This record gives sequence, C-alpha cells and structure tokens, in this order.
Amino acid sequence: MYQSQTVIGRTLREKDAPLADCKWPDDALHYIPDWVYTSQAVYDLEIERIFRGKSWNFVALEAEIPEAGDYKRSYVGPVPVVVSRADDGSINVFENRCAHRGAEFCRHAQGNTREFVCPYHQWSYDLKGNLQGVPFRRGVNRAGGMPKDFKTSEHGLRKLHVATRHGVIFASYSAEVEPLEEYLTPEILEDFDVAFPGKKLKILGYYRNELPCNWKMYHENLKDPYHATLLHSFLVVFGLLVAGNKSAMFADKVHGRHGYMASAKTEEKYAVVSEENRKEMRSFNDGMRLEDERFLEFVKEFDSPWSVTMATIWPNFVIQREMNTLGVRHIIPNGPDSMIMQWTMFGYEDDTPEMERHRLRQGNLMGPAGFLGLEDNEAMKFVQEGLRRCTTGVNVLKLDADKVGASDTLISEAAIRAMYVYYRQVMGF
Amino acid sequence: MKNDHPLNRPRAIDSARALELRREIEEFNADYCATLDANDIEGWPDYFTDDALYRVTSRENAELGLPVGLVYAEGRAMMRDRAVAISRTQMFAPRYMLHVLSNTRVITEDAAGIRAQTAFLLMQTLVEGPTTLHLAGTYHDRFLRLDGRLKLAERQVVHDTNILANDLVYPV
Repeated sequence: MYQSQTVIGRTLREKDAPLADCKWPDDALHYIPDWVYTSQAVYDLEIERIFRGKSWNFVALEAEIPEAGDYKRSYVGPVPVVVSRADDGSINVFENRCAHRGAEFCRHAQGNTREFVCPYHQWSYDLKGNLQGVPFRRGVNRAGGMPKDFKTSEHGLRKLHVATRHGVIFASYSAEVEPLEEYLTPEILEDFDVAFPGKKLKILGYYRNELPCNWKMYHENLKDPYHATLLHSFLVVFGLLVAGNKSAMFADKVHGRHGYMASAKTEEKYAVVSEENRKEMRSFNDGMRLEDERFLEFVKEFDSPWSVTMATIWPNFVIQREMNTLGVRHIIPNGPDSMIMQWTMFGYEDDTPEMERHRLRQGNLMGPAGFLGLEDNEAMKFVQEGLRRCTTGVNVLKLDADKVGASDTLISEAAIRAMYVYYRQVMGF
Repeated sequence: MKNDHPLNRPRAIDSARALELRREIEEFNADYCATLDANDIEGWPDYFTDDALYRVTSRENAELGLPVGLVYAEGRAMMRDRAVAISRTQMFAPRYMLHVLSNTRVITEDAAGIRAQTAFLLMQTLVEGPTTLHLAGTYHDRFLRLDGRLKLAERQVVHDTNILANDLVYPV
C-alpha cells in the first residue's frame, strides 16, 4: 500500500518529536529510539547532513547512458536530478529544476537529447546544465527582456560533483567529501570490484516500488544477518544463507557506515541443518524441494570466496550479488515513513544467452515479488507501523552485545550498531 | 501508437472467428481469475502448458525491450515452485486480490497458437486497509489448444503501474 493511502496511519505525537526532544537512550549502543524512524524533524536534518552532506550518492550506471546526449532521471536523497552524458564524454549531474521558475523540466525516465528545454518558458540548457538560451532575452521591439547585466553563466542548473568507478556513477553536493575510492574504504571497495570489475554491463531491466518504511531500515535489514536466517525460508531451506554455513557480516573499518553480508554456498543443493539449529528456526521446512532446480544453480563467475554478498553503501546504494542475479538498488527517501526503491538488474555484455536467462530465472529471488524481497518489504512495513502507532519507544539491539562492526556470526547486531555510532556522530545525537 | 509498437500488434484475423475465440478466451480468463481471486494459488499453474513462459514486467521494461520480470517463470514446474512457496512458506500480510478484466482482443490465429490481449485492473484489499488499485495493465497472451481446451503457452503481464505499492505477492 502506498503510504499516502494508509487508512489508520497517524503517527503518535511523541513519535514525531521535535529535535529538542530527541534524546538518545543512555545505553546508546543497545537501544535505538523510535523517533529516529518517525520524526519529520529528524528526517529533515538527515537530508541536510547526510544526503546533501559529505556523502557520495549513487545516481546511475554508465551502461544506461553510453552515448553523448543520453540522459536519465535520478535522485540524490529526495531531490530529483538529471544524469547526462555530454559530447566530450563527461557525465554531468544537475538538479531537475529550471533556474527560471523552478519547473522539473525533464519528464522522461531516460532518453537522448541535444539539449534540455524547460517546456514552460523554453529556457534551454546544454548537456552539462549550462543555460544557453532565454527566449526574448532582448525583449520585443526594444521593450521588455532581460536587464543588460543578465549573465547566462550565472543562471545555469544547480550542478553536483560527480565521481565514477567501473561504470557506477555517484554524485555529491559536497566539495569536501573524500575521493570516491577513499569514501568506500578498502574492504568495501574490494567487494565493489567483484560485481563491477570494469567489464561492460548489460542492463536487464528495472523494478520500482514504494516501501512504507523509513529509509534507514533498508540499510539495517541488510546489516541484520539474524533476520536472514529466520524470516527467509527460501534462504534457509535452499542453503543460500544458513546459520552454521560459512558466512560473515562486514562493516567498514573507517566509519562503520558501509557493510556487506556475505555467505558461501556449499556444494549441496539443499541445506543440511543440525537438529540443534533446526529447533530455533520455525521457517525451516525439511521436506521442501524445488521441481525446477535450475533456479538454484550457482555458476561460479567471480574470484570471491562468497557466493552471495549484499553490500550497503551509505547513504543510498545497495549492491546485490545473490549468486548469479545481480542488481543495484537506489534508495530514495520519501519522508520519515516512506522510501522509494529503484532496482536496476544487470548482467554483462559478454554473457551468453543462456547465462542471461539463468540470471533472469534466479531474479525470482529478488525484487518486489521476489521470494526474499517481498518478505523483507512486508517485515519493514510491519516495523514502521508498530513504531508509529504504539506507545513503547525503543528498539532493542543486544545480540552479540557490546560489539561494534564486523562479526563472523550471523546471530549479531554489531553492524547495525556500527552504523548508528556513525549516524549519531553526523547527526549530533 | 505506431504500428510496430511491441505492445500493439496489428490484428490479422477474420472478425467472426475473432468473436468466437474472444468468448472462449473470456471464459478462460474468468476461470483463471476466479482461481487467483480465491487465493487458490496452487491451482494457478494448471492454466499453462508444460513449457509455458510467464512474466510480470513493467511497461517501462517492455517498451525498452528489457527482459527482466518481477516474476519470471520458464515452464510450469517453476510456476508450481512459486505457487507452493507463496501458499506454504512465504511471509506476508493477508490480503484479498480482485482481477477485473476487459477489452479482450484476438489478434492472430495460426500454427503458433492464438495471440490475444486483455486489459486488467488488479485490486488489493489488506486487513483494515482500503481497497486500492494495485496494478493496471494488459495481458499479452499466446494460447494453445490441448485436448480441445485452451492453455496458456505464454502470458506476459505488462503493468502500466510504475511504482509498485510495497510488493506483489500473488501471481497476476
């Protein structure tokens, strides 16, 4: 359901707290207050300090705009931007807002153009966002028009800083943000380069959905290996991520803001789970078998110890390498109680037709109708509704207590704690 | 819309024959939707041939020629795997779905089967929730006749809806 369509969906006043009332609990590592997810004031500050602060935001893949004049609509935080490739091959990101009267001028999801023309008064911009033409600039019959000191160079579109790595495009409002590679930190960069080794990507398609939950929950869900082994019967039954398998939860060692959940699938098609672990897992269904096992095949294509990694790159980017189904997810925050997820599924240009079909078949795991994806979406919606509407006010994160950062057990919340240590510092909580 | 648009194939069938087939396809779809709307998901694969293709994808993907599917099943076995997963193991809030179909259009009939399209609106009702228009789109179908009865050899569910509300649990 769209957040806007909720029938019984008022946030309790104390959950929509002003900043002055936002005091983090004393045991800061092990409790997260509900207002972090539900307060409009907190959300507004996040947009300013995080999405428009010293961060690199994912905006597009180069494979989407390979030719000069190619462009794509995108977002940095909740702000609509255009990602465009100019004639010199450069990639440019600018706000999708006409410098004149503010119209969001670019309406097509993607395309190719020689210039951007605002339909309202036809101000035109080049592929780098520079203002090039203002109709009737000199007026008509020497009357009206722009003042003599009007300079087009002072009225271009608001431009963002751009960085790319191996076909992935990021943008930033900040001139002070560290270079992209340094921003990603060494371990995360290493995992980034597995899915993005510099090979040409082939776009396989898009999913888009609204999740009626706070944007941070999506990061937390992918820093929470505990849920993965309990909620997702598919992962468990088919041995994709099982408590006891070789697996890990990484958090970047510099800030703790990025991370990835990793698992190595064994040769067995179906999981072998000990009697002791089985008792803990209600979703484990021993008798479950697939009729079409092609779905579970794992073609080893990367030089990585992990068959699955799900990377969360602060603040708006997820890299999905779930065996052979590959995708990036773009988080667009949409108020405290909503986020839009844009998924771009891809393979490589040198994939055989059979490999492409294998990726498509395995894609049933992910996305808004995926066996994992839909359960996550449901669970996060449940959490947001509980937080907004009920009177108790904290989340309890005591698994693997006191640890902050990476962990080699799945039964841990250390990576979520690492994210919030960083978050509190940025936000001043 | 241009004639070569992938979603608008020109009709090439005698109109009397089209009318006859349309009634049969409408009957087929009424049963198909009754099965789904009763949440009898494990009965859903029976409407397909063994090697049928079933895909749910956005109109955006379809128009760009991109192959991905929200649901992508090659063959009835994959559909049965999905049906069993949805009905027995997947976690989601309870809901009612209601398909409303219209504008059935028979396009061609030849050795490859009968090609037809039908517009649909898919309504969703959650516990204590409103009834919402969850998806709007068109089935692009190819039917074969097995033992005198129609079966789907291909159903491409192309939805205009661009941003899906949270998730899509059941087949469409």
